[in-house]
Amino acid sequence: MNSSVITFPGSNCDRDMHIALQKFGFKNKMVWHNDVELPKSDLVVLPGGFSYGDYLRCGSIASKSKIMKSVINFAKSGGKVMGICNGFQILVEAGLLPGVLLRNKYLEFICKNVFVKIYNKKNSYFKNVKKDILELHIAHNEGNYFCSNNQIKEINDNNQIALLYSDKDGKVNENHNPNGSIKNIAGIFNKEKNILGMMPHPERMIDPNLSGEDGSIFFQNLINNLK
Amino acid sequence: MKISVVITLKKDVLDPQGKIIHQTLDGMGFDNINEVRQGKYFEINTKENDKKKAEEKVEDMCKKLLSNLVIEDYKIIGSQ
Repeated sequence: MNSSVITFPGSNCDRDMHIALQKFGFKNKMVWHNDVELPKSDLVVLPGGFSYGDYLRCGSIASKSKIMKSVINFAKSGGKVMGICNGFQILVEAGLLPGVLLRNKYLEFICKNVFVKIYNKKNSYFKNVKKDILELHIAHNEGNYFCSNNQIKEINDNNQIALLYSDKDGKVNENHNPNGSIKNIAGIFNKEKNILGMMPHPERMIDPNLSGEDGSIFFQNLINNLK
Repeated sequence: MKISVVITLKKDVLDPQGKIIHQTLDGMGFDNINEVRQGKYFEINTKENDKKKAEEKVEDMCKKLLSNLVIEDYKIIGSQ
């Protein structure tokens, strides 16, 4: 399985993602934002970080970079594209996912482990994941998912919710909503489910000695699904 | 030609920064405020000298980059 991780100026989770993908068997290539063509890929990842210093709006400048034209074409022809954290922000700014990520409700940068409930397993990202609730890490200032009433209806009708912030037993409520996201949304798909955006960082949970193993479950399952 | 644009959050979008500024102003004694909303201001100096054409171009820029229409509104407030 071939994967590509795009590095923008200010990306800082790109190498973590590279290591995570390699660890679970992907042949990964790092791709610079100024490149025009994507290498042959089964999966393209937009990593976390602070592309262009979060100028204007998080992800807005990166969403117009040269490589994004190829990423958008790849995604629109059904290619798997996953955006983590800043990568999620870039996907919404590129118009590949609905909605937007606002400043966290309580204006604080949040850096902690959270539990997320997998809300939809009928897709190549979460099909066959043995757990229903994953412990992952979040680190963001703008993770407050927001969209219009019409958009949220469409998201619901098309089963586009991927992950919800929850407690460790999978209960979804306001107490376990770290940033004010509508309906506790931590991750969403496009209608076709080939594009996934999520705020939590699975690449930070691939080593039991350093953090946790729920990221490993995610990546192992992902490569199996893509094979 | 210089075009000035103001971008504001739509009315029903939460503006926590505006809220904090409001609270702070309140604490400083400016207690007659109903609401504070924070926005962005751009001055775009363009080579185009035709006012209508320049404004149309800036409007296009607002739609494609300067604002995110899911949460923001833009308004051209001056051309000179």
